[in-house]
Amino acid sequence: MYAYDELDRTLINERVSEFRDQVKRRLSGELTEDEFKILRLQNGVYLQLHAYMFRVAIPYGTLSSKQLRRFAHVARRYDRGYGHFTTRQNIQFNWIKLAELPDALADLAEVGIHAMQTSGNNMRNVTSDQWAGVAPGEIEDPRIWSELIRQHTTLHPEFSFLPRKFKIAITAAEHDRAAIKIHDIGLRLHKNADGETGFEVLVGGGLGRTPFIAKTIKPFVSGRDILSYIEAILRVYNQYGRRDNIYKARIKILVHELGIEKFAKEVDEEWKAMGDVGLTLDHTAIEEVRSRFSYPAYEKLPHMPDELKQAAHDKLFERWRKNSVSAHKVQGYSIVTLSLKPVGGPPGDATAEQMDAVADLADKYSFGEIRVGHEQNLALPHVAKRDLPALFKALDRLGLATPNVNLVTDIIACPGLDYCSLANARSIPIAQELTRRFANHDTADLIGRLHINISGCINACGHHHVGHIGILGVEKNGEEFYQITIGGRADENAQLGTLIGPAVPYAEVADVIEDIVEAYLALRDRPEELFVDTVKRLGVEPIRERVYATR
Amino acid sequence: MPLVKQGRLTTDLFVHVADGAELPGDGAVLVTAERFLADPQALLRRPGKLGVIWPNNRNLDELVPHLDGLASVALVFPTFRDGRAYSQARLLRERYGYDGELRATGQILRDQFVFMTRAGFDAFEVKKDADADAFAQTMKRYSVFYQPTGDGRVTALNRRMQLRHSESAGQ
Repeated sequence: MYAYDELDRTLINERVSEFRDQVKRRLSGELTEDEFKILRLQNGVYLQLHAYMFRVAIPYGTLSSKQLRRFAHVARRYDRGYGHFTTRQNIQFNWIKLAELPDALADLAEVGIHAMQTSGNNMRNVTSDQWAGVAPGEIEDPRIWSELIRQHTTLHPEFSFLPRKFKIAITAAEHDRAAIKIHDIGLRLHKNADGETGFEVLVGGGLGRTPFIAKTIKPFVSGRDILSYIEAILRVYNQYGRRDNIYKARIKILVHELGIEKFAKEVDEEWKAMGDVGLTLDHTAIEEVRSRFSYPAYEKLPHMPDELKQAAHDKLFERWRKNSVSAHKVQGYSIVTLSLKPVGGPPGDATAEQMDAVADLADKYSFGEIRVGHEQNLALPHVAKRDLPALFKALDRLGLATPNVNLVTDIIACPGLDYCSLANARSIPIAQELTRRFANHDTADLIGRLHINISGCINACGHHHVGHIGILGVEKNGEEFYQITIGGRADENAQLGTLIGPAVPYAEVADVIEDIVEAYLALRDRPEELFVDTVKRLGVEPIRERVYATR
Repeated sequence: MPLVKQGRLTTDLFVHVADGAELPGDGAVLVTAERFLADPQALLRRPGKLGVIWPNNRNLDELVPHLDGLASVALVFPTFRDGRAYSQARLLRERYGYDGELRATGQILRDQFVFMTRAGFDAFEVKKDADADAFAQTMKRYSVFYQPTGDGRVTALNRRMQLRHSESAGQ
């Protein structure tokens, strides 16, 4: 965990005061809605269909139990008793009153939580691997760098009014859990031939109506230079990114229009011209931030404790363990994913009671630490293996032990037309229906890893382009229709999905998905061949034939 | 329009002169980039201070050779959501060493004052009187800054390292 010091605390308190003043000026009419809109967006406040929506940052997905309890408090005190975890390590509250927002922010600031730049055309919350610091085989903890970049991008005087939003993600593991290739800047921590730590820098990824997979702009930028290199990219983008058309304003369009070579050349020239502007991170600076991360005092524990052996005869426990428990870098410990995807529930939602209870479990079993992943699930990152059976029982009682992590019902979905003023179609009810169709966990196990992503409009908050199966809601003559793509993925081999056929009406979506899964089961080479690999091997056509033959 | 300069409400000594309009014989004037670039030498020879209004989509390379002769550069915010001039300001101050007046013009509201000052602006054509009046107060909103810019404010990281250094020196 990163511990805020007096300076960090002062800054977020100053931001709360500033926002309080802005809300006051809006309520008194001193600010027009048009003026206020930009200011509230810079602090994560959207006007949605029914109310203001408030998006709060969970930088690089790390939370303390105290912070999670404070989310529960905000949900109870200012909202309707629940919150929604998003695909970018944020939590959203959907029913906040404008006049109460400054108080909610002040309550969060007390535990070092803020909502700065969670929306608007600025640098958004820096995201990272939810297993950072505990995943085996990691280069080093990417949160040190995430925090350095978080600070650098917070209230940046030059880049707070960019052409469009700007998202940075960082991974340090071989398997990319942070989806860096669909970010404006993706950073992959690795070591060069001399053993120096640095980054492969990717640029221009993003979804929305013109999706692109990020391209490598520089294979290696030393850690000491990463801030100045990011600054150079942003300066080029701030000056040359399009501002005439909101749909062409993301950096991906600039990179696409210039071509990656020309864009890289512009950045390189700017980077060289910058000279020393105080952005070089020397050893002391990096260690200063590193020193304020605390790590658990792990015990020396056996690889296979008796508690685990005894629980092995419990089928339900075993199914959950195989699905939701992952290897930890320290012997005797595990990473436990908490599914926020119960059968029939809206993906990513957690009630205030669940949040409080998870905070208690984190204190008891995970050194008080919780993680949030882009798949809209939570994780307890440091659970002693001997505690797994007890933890399972507790999670099961809370409805947080659905053994469907990475399976067909672990669906990513945006809020859709139920909440969002931009949406063309509903997302949540589609997800809920699919979780009912595939409610049998044995069937889901048989199908294996399969990511379904649902967006209620072309803005793609549900990342439909990179779902193994992607579902996009559109509106046709006043009715909800859904376009379905297959073969997308968001990991280190990121790829956009391919349209499988004509859009289908709301009532038929679940049938079509079932048919797609049936087709895959019939066509896969062997049980271990994942859905996405079958699509890669065979292409879309054989699946399309089977699904649309009778339609 | 109220002008805030070096932190105070000030009478604007510069006259905005439209393209084609006759230049006053003396006194400070602000002219457009087109007018200036058509004959920079003639304008620079004129008695009285000269300022240029530089659009936010025009390359600074054309302006840089003339910076020594200019008393003001006015950068433009067509709307306050268009942030290109923040980059221009930092480049003028930090890369090209410009130390004359750097003026923000366009839709200037109080909520940009801190950012603009940090980027190097020292004069503001403020849209609303109430915002101009609130300048000094608004500048006190923040006491912690994470990024280094040419304004010389010490960053949080540097303050921490100084603190650490003095702590270890005191032991």
